[in-house]
Amino acid sequence: MGCFDSLEVVSVSIPVLKFDAVIVGAGGAGLRSAIQLSEAGLKTAVLSKVFPTRSHTVAAQGGVAASLGNSEEDHWTWHMYDTVKGSDWLGDQDAIEFMCKKANEVVVELEHYGMPFDRTDNGKIYQRPFGGHMSNFGEKPVRRSCAAADRTGHAMLHAMYQRNVKANTQFFVEWMALDLIRDDEGHVLGVTAMEMETGQIVIFHARATIFATGGAGRIYYSSTNAFINTGDGLGMAARAGIPLEDMEFWQFHPTGVAGAGVLITEGVRGEGGILRNSNKERFMERYAPNAKDLASRDVVSRAMATEIKEGRGCGVNKDYVLLDITHLDPATIMKRLPGIHEIGIQFAGVDCLKEPLPVVPTCHYQMGGIPTHYSGRVVMQQNGDHNAVVPGFYAGGECACASVHGANRLGTNSLLDLLVFGKSAGDSAVEDLKAGRAHRDLPKDVSDKTMARISALDNRKGGANVNETRLAMQRTMQDHAGVFRFSDMLKQGVEKILEVEKAARNLEIKDKSMAWNTARTEALEMENLIEVAKATMISAEARKESRGAHVRDDAPDTAEFPNGRNDAEWHKHTLFSPVDNSITYKPVNMQPLTVETVALKTRSY
Amino acid sequence: MDRQDYERLRWRCIRRGLLEVDIALTRFLDEGFDKLDDEQQQAFVELADMEDHDLWHLISGQADIDDPRLAPIVNLLRKS
Ligand SMILES: Cc1cc2nc3c(=O)[nH]c(=O)nc-3n(C[C@H](O)[C@H](O)[C@H](O)COP(=O)(O)OP(=O)(O)OC[C@H]3O[C@@H](n4cnc5c(N)ncnc54)[C@H](O)[C@@H]3O)c2cc1C
Repeated sequence: MGCFDSLEVVSVSIPVLKFDAVIVGAGGAGLRSAIQLSEAGLKTAVLSKVFPTRSHTVAAQGGVAASLGNSEEDHWTWHMYDTVKGSDWLGDQDAIEFMCKKANEVVVELEHYGMPFDRTDNGKIYQRPFGGHMSNFGEKPVRRSCAAADRTGHAMLHAMYQRNVKANTQFFVEWMALDLIRDDEGHVLGVTAMEMETGQIVIFHARATIFATGGAGRIYYSSTNAFINTGDGLGMAARAGIPLEDMEFWQFHPTGVAGAGVLITEGVRGEGGILRNSNKERFMERYAPNAKDLASRDVVSRAMATEIKEGRGCGVNKDYVLLDITHLDPATIMKRLPGIHEIGIQFAGVDCLKEPLPVVPTCHYQMGGIPTHYSGRVVMQQNGDHNAVVPGFYAGGECACASVHGANRLGTNSLLDLLVFGKSAGDSAVEDLKAGRAHRDLPKDVSDKTMARISALDNRKGGANVNETRLAMQRTMQDHAGVFRFSDMLKQGVEKILEVEKAARNLEIKDKSMAWNTARTEALEMENLIEVAKATMISAEARKESRGAHVRDDAPDTAEFPNGRNDAEWHKHTLFSPVDNSITYKPVNMQPLTVETVALKTRSY
Repeated sequence: MDRQDYERLRWRCIRRGLLEVDIALTRFLDEGFDKLDDEQQQAFVELADMEDHDLWHLISGQADIDDPRLAPIVNLLRKS
């Protein structure tokens, strides 16, 4: 087992490890935070379910946004405008200014850590265009994305992992954090965690606790996210009574392989791929007569969902549409779209040169999360204050909601989010610890909750099966809170997900071994997933307008409410309280730090 | 392979960085792994240790591997 130099024992069997800071998550956000803490000389532990460079950040290819202006004129205020507009005005403008202004600094730092960015002929970081990023306040596309070939996320993780090794960060690899430790006064004191190799439960007692656990895209049946994205940080926060913000907002990608979720790049439609329904009709002609199959992601996704809802889906269950490239020259496909042929064969059992690929709108990114201030400190409503700090608790990356993405994220802004807010969470923790934040006494019942969950799993007979419960949740989310939402379906969805919750609280596992019990680990993940699914469904049912990625059939585009958005009633953040499944709201921060407000306006491109 | 080694391997197959690799390895573990002899199983463990992008390039045929021990397993992964 890891490092026991500060071992202490609170009860007979539960060891305590003491650190200045414990970070849960070794993806981009966690590694970035850890650099700040370790380089400040603080004793820092980083826990991860997998080896750090296997975190899901490794999947990011498109790049990271920064208005470096290396290829053409650019400015952070333009980036800020794009991000506010992308968020459909739900993003907090103080946080958005903070992020866009800091972008250049964090990207250049990354370069100094050894990140092999693509370069221009004169040696500067090469930049490419990406959807939604424009120059001069929305005028025309600008080259703002910085990438390292098609391995941006991979290169980022490697550069930051090496930096952490140098700075003596202590990694606890293949450890799963289970519960947040909070005392009676609401202070966060660390986490309970399980070492997978032994099954041993340990308390990480810390002065600062940082969550960087990534997204929870696996709540949906069709997801581009790797299996690891089970929303553990959100589950732990929820169980500790911390509300979750804006959970109704999930970004969908139009073309995930049906059944598998694996992402098929937009490039396929760019090369001439056509979407067809069960009548073989090129249905996009009806929805977007000009752009057709190349219309924006949300338009295409909604058109697909409508075709499926109206019974023109394909297959036995009529639950997908077809992406047809059989008319394209096979040589072009193999050359311009490397990997697509194999993706079809491996994940759809289809040779796309001869047959169309089955695709569905697929969950891709979680905009909501644990509510944070732009300093990375976790906040919640208390005594009339919408943003009261939860002492000792910080979060960054996809698990956190700062909120910069609001109702819809711009591509390449999430890698930026994890750099900027990973760093600021680390800096804030350093600041708070230097100001004297000490280890507080662990409550007497510190590990009771965790031990009760484990022992329930080990002893329950006749409980629900984990795989079946997960599938029931994923189906419910996909059918009732998908890319296009319907009032009646959402209402039923709430009832259904509360039913699934009963099963998720009553899981049974057959394997009771201590060491390397993957069945137990998956059951514990399921207990986190359900918290996120429930928050999503209830928050989505409650928001009666359309905004960004949350689009309701009963809130259509009208003259009074363009795009179905209703600012008078709904320009506010949702806060889902896990304690009693209730919802409250808080205002959107429209006051940037130094510049003028980006005033409310209809979002159109 | 004893239970612990198998379960460790299972975790390292079902929790990857890339969804493509998650699916390919999980499927193989469920359907093909049992049929391998000890040496082949060891070769699979080695493959599972690779970085996600490198492994996906092998499985998807965008890259090849010369190692005579690993190549046959890569072929099986491609077919599964
Ligand atoms: C296919 C794909 C492509 C993408 N491309 C881009 C792109 O080009 N540009 C962009 O900006 N964004 C992109 N995104 C989004 C972006 O990759 C993610 O939002 C981002 O990488 C999340 O980083 P993170 O550090 O928050 O979490 P992750 O990288 O997911 O890391 C989470 C970490 O938490 C650990 N963890 C979780 N739970 C526990 C627990 N209970 N105990 C211990 N450890 C735990 C995990 O082991 C892991 O180390 C893409 C997303 C996908 C799915």
